[in-house]
Amino acid sequence: MTADVVLALLQVVVVTAGAPLLVGALRTLKARLVGRRGPRVLQPYSDLVKLLRKEAVVSTTTSWIFRLTPYVLFSTMVVAALIVPLVLARPVLDFAGLVLLMYLFVLGTFFLALAGLDAGSAFGGMGASREVAVAALAEPTVMVAILALALQAGTSNLGGIVERFAREPLLAANPGHLLAFSALFIVMLAETGRMPVDNPATHLELTMIHEAMVLEYSGHYLALVEWASAMKLFLFMTLLANLFLPWGMPTAAGPLTILLGLVVLAVKLAVLTAGLAVVETTVAKLRLFRVPELLAGSFALALLSVLSVFLLR
Amino acid sequence: MSVLLYFVATLAGVAGAGVGVAGLLGTAWTVRVEGLVPLGGLELTLDPLAGLFLALVGVSTAAASLYALGGAGGAHRNVGAYLAFVGALGVVPLAANAMTFLIAWEIMSVASWILVLDGRSDRETRRAAWVYAVMTHAGLACLLAGMLLLGAHTGSLRFVDWQAAAPALAPAVRHTAWLLLALGFAGKAGVIPLHVWLPLAHPAAPSHVSALMSGVMIKLGVYGLLRVGFEWLGEAPAAWGVVILLAGAVSAVVGILYALVDHDLKRLLAFSSIENIGIILIGVGGAMIFRHADLEALTLLALVAALYHVVNHAMFKALLFLGAGAVVHGVGTRNMEAMGGLIKRMPWTAGCFLLGAMAIAGLPPLNGFVSEWLTFQALLQNLRLAEPALNLVLILATAALALTAGLGAACFVKAFGITFLALPRSEAAAHAHEATPAMRVSLVGLAVACVLLGLGPTLVVPALGRVAGPVIGAAAPVAWGGVVILGVPDHFARMSTLAIAAALAIGLVVPFVVLARAGVSRRRRLYETWGCGRMLQTARMEYTATAFADPFKRVFRFFYRPEKRLELDVHPESRFFVQRIAYTNPASSIFEEWLYRPLLSALRAIIDRVQRLQSGSATAYLAYIFVVLLALLVLR
Amino acid sequence: MISQIRLALRAGIVTEPAAADSELEPLGRRLEGEIQRLFGRSLHIRQVDAGSCNGCELEISGLTGPHYDLERFGLHFVASPRHADCLLVTGPVTRNMAEALRRTWAATPDPKIVIAAGDCARDGGIFAGSYAVVGGVGAVVPVDAIIAGCPPSPRALLAGLLAAIGRRTGSVAP
Repeated sequence: MTADVVLALLQVVVVTAGAPLLVGALRTLKARLVGRRGPRVLQPYSDLVKLLRKEAVVSTTTSWIFRLTPYVLFSTMVVAALIVPLVLARPVLDFAGLVLLMYLFVLGTFFLALAGLDAGSAFGGMGASREVAVAALAEPTVMVAILALALQAGTSNLGGIVERFAREPLLAANPGHLLAFSALFIVMLAETGRMPVDNPATHLELTMIHEAMVLEYSGHYLALVEWASAMKLFLFMTLLANLFLPWGMPTAAGPLTILLGLVVLAVKLAVLTAGLAVVETTVAKLRLFRVPELLAGSFALALLSVLSVFLLR
Repeated sequence: MSVLLYFVATLAGVAGAGVGVAGLLGTAWTVRVEGLVPLGGLELTLDPLAGLFLALVGVSTAAASLYALGGAGGAHRNVGAYLAFVGALGVVPLAANAMTFLIAWEIMSVASWILVLDGRSDRETRRAAWVYAVMTHAGLACLLAGMLLLGAHTGSLRFVDWQAAAPALAPAVRHTAWLLLALGFAGKAGVIPLHVWLPLAHPAAPSHVSALMSGVMIKLGVYGLLRVGFEWLGEAPAAWGVVILLAGAVSAVVGILYALVDHDLKRLLAFSSIENIGIILIGVGGAMIFRHADLEALTLLALVAALYHVVNHAMFKALLFLGAGAVVHGVGTRNMEAMGGLIKRMPWTAGCFLLGAMAIAGLPPLNGFVSEWLTFQALLQNLRLAEPALNLVLILATAALALTAGLGAACFVKAFGITFLALPRSEAAAHAHEATPAMRVSLVGLAVACVLLGLGPTLVVPALGRVAGPVIGAAAPVAWGGVVILGVPDHFARMSTLAIAAALAIGLVVPFVVLARAGVSRRRRLYETWGCGRMLQTARMEYTATAFADPFKRVFRFFYRPEKRLELDVHPESRFFVQRIAYTNPASSIFEEWLYRPLLSALRAIIDRVQRLQSGSATAYLAYIFVVLLALLVLR
Repeated sequence: MISQIRLALRAGIVTEPAAADSELEPLGRRLEGEIQRLFGRSLHIRQVDAGSCNGCELEISGLTGPHYDLERFGLHFVASPRHADCLLVTGPVTRNMAEALRRTWAATPDPKIVIAAGDCARDGGIFAGSYAVVGGVGAVVPVDAIIAGCPPSPRALLAGLLAAIGRRTGSVAP
């Protein structure tokens, strides 16, 4: 029991500390792919430290919701880090499933959208409106993909799914799995605001989805929001890695096995990050009102994955 | 005087809730009084399901009456009708024979009709009352026909007799009876496409009445569907479950789509009620399908999920409607485009409304999340059914439920954000006043109920399991996990809102304390919103409700069929100087255009033909009577 | 997609090393000590066009390309002054942009620095004395350093920015 709690806290530490590293590696890789030297891999840490030492300018139009939201966002990501299967192939905390995880992300989006509206500027309202639209349209895909996974694993608990796949690796080698992976990859692009859905480095407010809600934040609030975004990307990638490539995850908890598990996780995340960098560099950003078509396509993929699970049972 | 009556109503509500909870926990009694009611006498029975709904009625009545005590506008008219309405709401779940049920039903409808009219005579209210009266009586006609049909074929008008005689009924009779009764109850519940009265009547009524109508009255339609589907007609074929499931899925999606584009605060809440009834019916339909396949644990899970959502929706919808009432009372209009900045003028109302919005959006760790989670867990296990057609239907229902959950969160971001945040969009909003203390007490009470229902599913679910068990005739008790962690039968999933809430709280407090200690959060400065350096920051620069809904209007264009209307007033001397722009982008209602209008035209055409029989000549009428008597003599 | 990746891998990294010295003109001693400690590894820049002819903007946009690549030093252009540490102002500050520049400066969280880029930003440049011009950025907001040139080349801009945060030596005039 105490071992489980220690492991869970370790997960939080790994996710919180490792998320900026992931984002930094992604940015550097993207830069190298276009011939630039790019920022240092540890640059996001410097950014966060600097932001924490600056003052926060708060708009007089806003209310306590604006000031509370960065903490809520950070808190939901920390709780998500507690329940996502990170290192071990068995459940660490037993009470969490994919449905809960998705709803935790919705909690964060809800408050961020409210904070965008709170500032009373057209940017914030526009960002909020677009962000909740994209998040709402991604929900059916997520649920149907979860259905495909739960059907194969016999449970919708995260730890249970990973445990089942780690025990029977061949269960993961079927076309339904690949289709569900593609569907969830597209959902990850939509939820974390990456190309082709949203350009995280854009300066044109009319093209922003996630950034527009964050335009009003500064200082330590901005640090928390950026950190939470990095953690969301880390968590989504960990989910993709551990649910669809569950090989190499140790089952017993001990210092050496945990270290091994972390190394395996790092390798899988590195591969996924490289893939994401290639996708972001080579695919152009979609027009905003083309994004629902992309999400509908991902829903079709998820539906196909469920059908193939049925047919190949 | 009316204050005293509302106080009595509050106490009656609390008493009713007590009786209901007693029934929930297993007490059962019957009351039978011959002669009070024709065709069988007054007969009331308290069993667990009736107890649950009675408890709901009681708690909602207490909250709404307390709110009305606080004196929101118009609350002191028609107190008599209010008391009759509340009384009838309490009698309907207890009724044990057809006449008691129908008379209580009709009193409920007529009393609520009076309350919808509320003594006003403007065109909008009259139309709302008219459509409500027509739809509710069409439903009553279906109920009457169905119940009399059952009565004729089973020889009794008592519900227990129907349950006993169900296996012996002819299939044609069963299907006809089910169709008629389901139509009547579904119309009351506000299922698409019988929903047209809901978005007209609920906003027109005063807020405490809307809270009761949305929170409890439409649930009595669900109560009827439960009785019909599980008890009165015996074992239901899978087709009935599929029909209810599909009706629920369609209602859920269509309801929330209409709510998204509405900027009348109360009509938005009314459409959201349709959405939540859809979610409940997804659970009920799933339970009926699983029952037909003899999967007892899954049936129990689906039914418990539906009942949990019934309870949850009553709580948070009442909270939202009472909060909306406080807002409308403070601002003087229902139009969200004229609100804004109310969080600073009405902090209590805003806080409670936020909790209600979070609950209805299904955010953990509140109660809406728990019932949606349970419904998902029931749907995710559909592989246990061996029929691919049913599997497909349940998969589509899962996708529909997920879509409506996402759209629901978006809708309530809009509802709370546009109404309460940023700058006031009108003079009235800038001078809004907070709700009175009585109103605040009822709002806070309902908010606390939502939080408790969210944190305590390990206590609520077993109780609901004991309610659902007798309904489906389950024999073995089911294990629902421990005290902190809620578990689903057959170890499919486990969840703990208590643990999540604790973790969220720690995750909130620790960074806050750390940053405060490090002196980081003290560095703060107030300045205006960043607007690219423009000179003026007024409410005209904020996002409007119409603009917020624009991405949805575009994505679901095929459904909304929006018309853009743009009027430009130009300066008389030059068309390049525009003086006034008026822009409206309303969504048209496809049900009115494609279903009701053709139906009514056809009806009118038939009536015109039949009217020729009314020639006004006494000879013709005598001839009709003669022909009918002859026919009766011949055919007997 | 594949051809794009192949091209990128074949071309390799084309970034040139930054200039070793700069002609940054600091005003006062603000750019030392605390500022350099705070922004030495991470400086977020908001570029403000206060009525410039866009010559300086074209040079500044070269900084984000592969040859000059300011991101490798931790410098980054941001979309909102709330996110910025440094305002890079160009243009002679026309009368219509004066108030906007002032509000942008007020919207930027402290500590912040203002760098005026180009001759127009220094004192109005070729537009000095015009009725439409206020006369240099220093007339509207406090300026911490000036990068002269009409327009300053990307090399000069980069060297100036690096000198401002203490990553290179610049000519220091107290």
